[in-house]
This record gives sequence, structure tokens and C-alpha cells, in this order.
Amino acid sequence: MFDFLSALRPAIVLTALFTLLLGVGYPLAILGIGQAAFPHQANGSLIVDDGKVVGSELVGQAFTSPRYFNTRPSAAGKGYDANSSSGSNLGPTSKALAERIGTDIAAQRKAGVTGAIPADLVTASASGLDPDLSRAAALVQVPRIARERGLSEASVRTLVEKQIEQPALGMLGDPHVNVLALNRQLDRMTPLSRP
Amino acid sequence: MTVQGWLLILGFVALVVLVAKPMGVWLFAILEGRRTPLHAVLGPVERGFYAAAGVDPAQDRGWRRYGVDMLVFNLIGLLLTYTILRLQGVLPWNSQGLPGLSGHLAFNTAVSFTTNTNWQSYGGEAVMSQFSQMVGLTIHNFFSAATGIALAFAFIRGFARREASGVGNFWADMTRVTLYLLLPACLVYAVVLLAGGVPQTLSGAVDATTLEGARQTIGLGPVASQEAIKMLGTNGGGYFNANSAHPFENPGALTNLLQMLSIFAIGAGLTWTFGKAVGNTKQGWAILAAMLLLFTIGAGVTYSAEAAGNPIHHALGIAGGNMEGKEVRFGVAASALFATITTAASCGAVNAMHDSFTPIGGMVPLFNMQLGEVIVGGVGAGLYGILLYCILGVFVAGLMVGRTPEYVGKKIEGREVKLAVLAIAVLPLIILGMTGLAAVSEAGLAGRANMGPHGFSEILYAFTSAVANNGSAFAGLTANTAFYNGLLGVAMWLGRFFVIIPMLAIAGSLAAKRVVPASTGSFPTTGPLWVGLLCAVILILGGLTFLPALALGPIADQVAMLRGDLF
Repeated sequence: MFDFLSALRPAIVLTALFTLLLGVGYPLAILGIGQAAFPHQANGSLIVDDGKVVGSELVGQAFTSPRYFNTRPSAAGKGYDANSSSGSNLGPTSKALAERIGTDIAAQRKAGVTGAIPADLVTASASGLDPDLSRAAALVQVPRIARERGLSEASVRTLVEKQIEQPALGMLGDPHVNVLALNRQLDRMTPLSRP
Repeated sequence: MTVQGWLLILGFVALVVLVAKPMGVWLFAILEGRRTPLHAVLGPVERGFYAAAGVDPAQDRGWRRYGVDMLVFNLIGLLLTYTILRLQGVLPWNSQGLPGLSGHLAFNTAVSFTTNTNWQSYGGEAVMSQFSQMVGLTIHNFFSAATGIALAFAFIRGFARREASGVGNFWADMTRVTLYLLLPACLVYAVVLLAGGVPQTLSGAVDATTLEGARQTIGLGPVASQEAIKMLGTNGGGYFNANSAHPFENPGALTNLLQMLSIFAIGAGLTWTFGKAVGNTKQGWAILAAMLLLFTIGAGVTYSAEAAGNPIHHALGIAGGNMEGKEVRFGVAASALFATITTAASCGAVNAMHDSFTPIGGMVPLFNMQLGEVIVGGVGAGLYGILLYCILGVFVAGLMVGRTPEYVGKKIEGREVKLAVLAIAVLPLIILGMTGLAAVSEAGLAGRANMGPHGFSEILYAFTSAVANNGSAFAGLTANTAFYNGLLGVAMWLGRFFVIIPMLAIAGSLAAKRVVPASTGSFPTTGPLWVGLLCAVILILGGLTFLPALALGPIADQVAMLRGDLF
């Protein structure tokens, strides 16, 4: 009754043909279209300064220096490891999570931040590679940056506001800012000698 | 909570309704084997494939033959992928020189992708070569989606045909769905994703020097081609570990909206196709209405919970919603919405980490899967899943008024009801049985990343996700062990085929029946009364079994969070 053998030929032949079509032909077709029509995006939206790759427009990187706008905590590898994306996966009643948030908040307080802390500033993102900060999380860092770089708070605040991206279609997400782009602008105002 | 957040949820539901009919019309043409504009280009390919495979597409097959063909096809694909993953080290397109996978991981992954689950015990960028991703995994994104849709076609024919012996031809259904729907749609979709920033390259990684002077290795690959079918075929297996939260898989709010819509597109369309095939599109709209009613409630609860945030963290000084495990470019609303969609369908892609959701926010995704993923559901699987509930729904209604139940013109008798109950009741048995086993065994408990009730939720979520063929995870759980890879692999296989076989048997039995004309005594299955009854049947039959387990996991976790207990 169960005639498995007569199904073998179509199963093997169709698997082979579709593997060539879908596993090789289709990705290579997209590869060709991407490299021809969207080479920048297809290769990772890389930012190149003086022939050197600085990073990707889309991928966050670690900023821990007080002279830069700091990015969110990251659980990707040792932090912003773009070959090892990950969230913290700590749950709502996790002691480790509460302690980490407490430590990070204490550091913010020490840097002079008062009032409520914007949630994204002290929480790890899902990918560990979040390139963005919310508007509020960028603005609370303005006094520290201005102090560290000898700039007026007003000029740094203006820079942040200029870099803010508004939500697409007016309702998709909240206003946010790409931290790498923001810090590159900051370096143009006051170059930081590279270590 | 914000007005924009609620607008996003309601706007999304409206978009799904708009997409349903055009998609349904297209699917109906494929179901009927009609000529489409694409036949001018792909018709010769289709005929060539049949000739090489020795298939006569016009040959109508009974449900047993259809099922055997489907099973053999899936087994061959399973073996192929298992072999590729084991031999990865000696195969081409492996720029990072990655070794072959362990036996249990290769088994788990091959089963996972074959069954449309796409549970991943590994992080893609660190384990899979470009060859494995493209040839070993991308093909199953197509195969498992085409299999699901083909099976839905067979079930639809069961209701639509009269006194027929066959339910269609698996090879023809699978080939047509792939060539005339999945492949062309993905070609367009992948190019849109490319334009939005999703990479497509054979280079494995690029080294960058960051502004602070550190070295950052940026993983790349042929992401766009896999991303398109991952979403459209409700597969959900990410190229990268972080899945659709990774900026390269899902770069912005617009790609995110598109990804969410593409998860539901085919599943919603199939409800219209069903209505059209049985001669009354209202039948399809009624099913979609029940799905979207349950969906909107779930999305609202998740969003409310996530937007309210975590009182433990508020006490520390944080303002606002729960952002742990969420990306700023999506925000709380689009993350909560995505989580509800991906678990209502059997997609399992994530744009936020469900493990870090608030207890109630994480319970909705869990509950969605436990209902059997019939809220739009996986491509094909969602439709045949909810039709099983429809059979039980008319049976319950029939009991109340003391008449033989009928649905879309077919008498529902003992055989169909027994088989439907079998298909629906086996799932809780496997989920709860295996969760119980893991919760009392050392190897099971060792996998937890969180302690207390949340640790139990991690285990429950894993087996729920596997059996429901979802693939999302409370990802803190360390599942890449022989214990979890083996057990979850078995769970995924049973969860897929223990629904399919009884479902096909029902299709065969229904196809052979005569059509009974609707009379004044027939229970109407198109109005609000039916939609309400169907929702109630789904919630009571599908959900009630799981309440004790939910009380031990998310509900206990919620109480602990409100009390401020930490683990």
C-alpha cells in the first residue's frame, strides 16, 4: 500500500533541480543585481575614510569614551562584536539584569545626569549592535560632551537635533539618532587624536 | 503607550485585510492550475522539471499517495541538508574556514528547516558557511513553505470536491507554488530589501577600525536572498544570531513593516482562496475575521505590557517602556507587534528578544503558539490548522442543537471529528510531556539562563516553539546540547507530521462525500455568531490545556515582578 519507491525518483530529481534553482541560481541572481544596482548596500553600507573602513552605517560600535556619545550596553561578544550578534536574554526578574542596570545608572549619575534615565541608555539591545539612541538618550549626554570637548552645550545640542531621524510615515518608531554618524560630526567640530 | 503605537497595530491589521484578496486570487489560480502571466517565462521550466522527474501533473492522487509523496520529498531534503552541514568543512564558499557541525546539531537543524520551524540552536554568523546558508538552508525555506501551501491546497480540495477520489498531485502543487509564487515574489522582495540596506555578498566578513580605535569584524554574506523567503515562507531562520533584530537583516522601520506584512501575506490570502474554492468567499472572510480578532487582542496585550515596562527597573531610575532586548529603530510598539505576528504565524523570526519581555508580554507569544498557530498561522499550516478547529466548531454547534453538523456543504461525521481531535490533542501532550521531562532532568535544567519561574518559561517556550514549528525562542536557553538538540528535533518532526497525516485523512474522507445543500437547519458559518464561536473553540480547546503550565511560568513570573522578587 505504501509505495515509497515510486516517489523516490520525483523526490530526488525535483530536490536536485530545485536546489540548483533556489539554492544557487536565486541567491546568485540577487548577488548580481545587488552588486550592479546597489553596491553600497549589498556590501554592508560600509563607511570608508582615507581608504580605511571605519564601520558600517547600519551597525553600532562601542563608544565608551566620555568624549563621545556613548552607545547602549551590548551583549554581542565582548560588546558590539559584529560577528557575534546577541541580546542579553536576561528576563524581567533577573538579578543579574537589575544589578547591571543599577551599575550603569550609577555611572550616569556620576557623570551628572539627573532625573529619569531614558530606558534605552542602560538596556542592552536585541542584536547587541543597535546603531541608534533615542533622542532623549542622546540629549542627556550633551552636558558631559560639551564639558569634555570644551564646546558650548547649545552647539552640541544643535548638532544632535540636526542628526535626529524622524519616524518613517510619522508612526513607525520614535525619533532617534545614529550614534556613529553623530560622533563623526562631533569629531569634525573638535578632532580627537586617535590613539 | 502612545497613539502612534495603537495606530501602528490597527494600520497593520488594515494592511493585512487589503493584501488578503489579491494574494488569495493569485493562490486560487495556482490551486486550479490555471495559466498565469508568468507561464510565458516559467512554463517551460515547469514542464522540463516534470519531464525530468517523470511526473504527470494531471494525475489526480488519493490522500495516502499525496501524503507519501510529500513525506518522501521531505525526507530526501532532510538527508541532503544533514549531509551538507556535516561536510561543511570540505565544501566551497566557506570564507571563514568553519568546520562541519556536530551530529546532533546537524540533525536538529536539518529537521528544523525541513519542518518550517527554523529553530536555531546555533548563531548563524559563527557556525554556518555561505554554502550551508544558501544551499543547505535557503532551499528548505522554499521547500517547507511550498509543502505547507500544497497541503493546504489538498485540504481545500477535500471541502471543494464532490464524490472525488483524489485530493490533487503533490509534485504539481509543490512545483507550481514554488515557480509561480515563491520564487518570483522573493526575487522582487529581495531586491527591495537590498535597496533598504540588506547585504548580498559572498564575502564573509570585513574588518573595520572604529572611531575609538578598536577592531570590529563585521559579518556579512548572502543575506537578502535568504531574508526574503525567510519572511514570506514563515520560516524565520535568521542569517545572523540576532535574526531580524540584526541591522543587516532588518535595517529600518520600513523594512520592518514590510517584513511583518510578508509574514501574514500568504496565510491571509489562503483564507480567501478557501472561500473562493468552496463557492462562497464569505466563508474565507469569516475565518480571517476570527484570526484577526484574536490577533488584535494579543497584540494589544503585548503592547500594553511592554509599554508599561518593568517596575523593578523603574525603581532603579529608568523611565518608560521595557527596552531590554529591543532595538531603538523599532521601539516598543513595533517590537511588541512583531512578536505577536511571528508567533501567531509559525514564522519565528524575531526583531526583539522575547526572553527579555515582561512576563505578560512574553506570555502572549507563548500562548499564540500553544493555540496551534492558527491566527493566520504558517503558510498553509495556518489554514489547515484553523479548518480543524472549524470542524470542531460546527461539531460543538451541532451538539447544542442536536443536528448532524455540516461545514461548507460537507457533513462532518464521527471520523472527521475523531481525526481533528487527534491532530489537535497530540500537540499539548508532546509539549507538556517533554517540558515536564526537561524540568526534572539535570540536562534539561542545565540549559536555563534565568532562574525562578522565568527559567521554567524558557523550557516551556522551547518545546512549545518546536512542536508548533515556530522556531522563536526564549533565547537564553542553551539548546546546543545533545539533550535539547535531540529532543527538540523529535518534537519538531512530530509537531509537523502528526497534524498533517490526520489532516490529509480528513481531506480524503471529505472529498469523497456528497455536497448537502444548505437548509434552514444549517448552522451559518459566515456571520459574527460563527466568528465568536470559532474564537471560543480555539481559546477553550487550544488554550485551556496550557493554563497550569502558564501559571507556573509567566503568571508566577508576573507576580514575582510586581513583588520585586529577583532570581
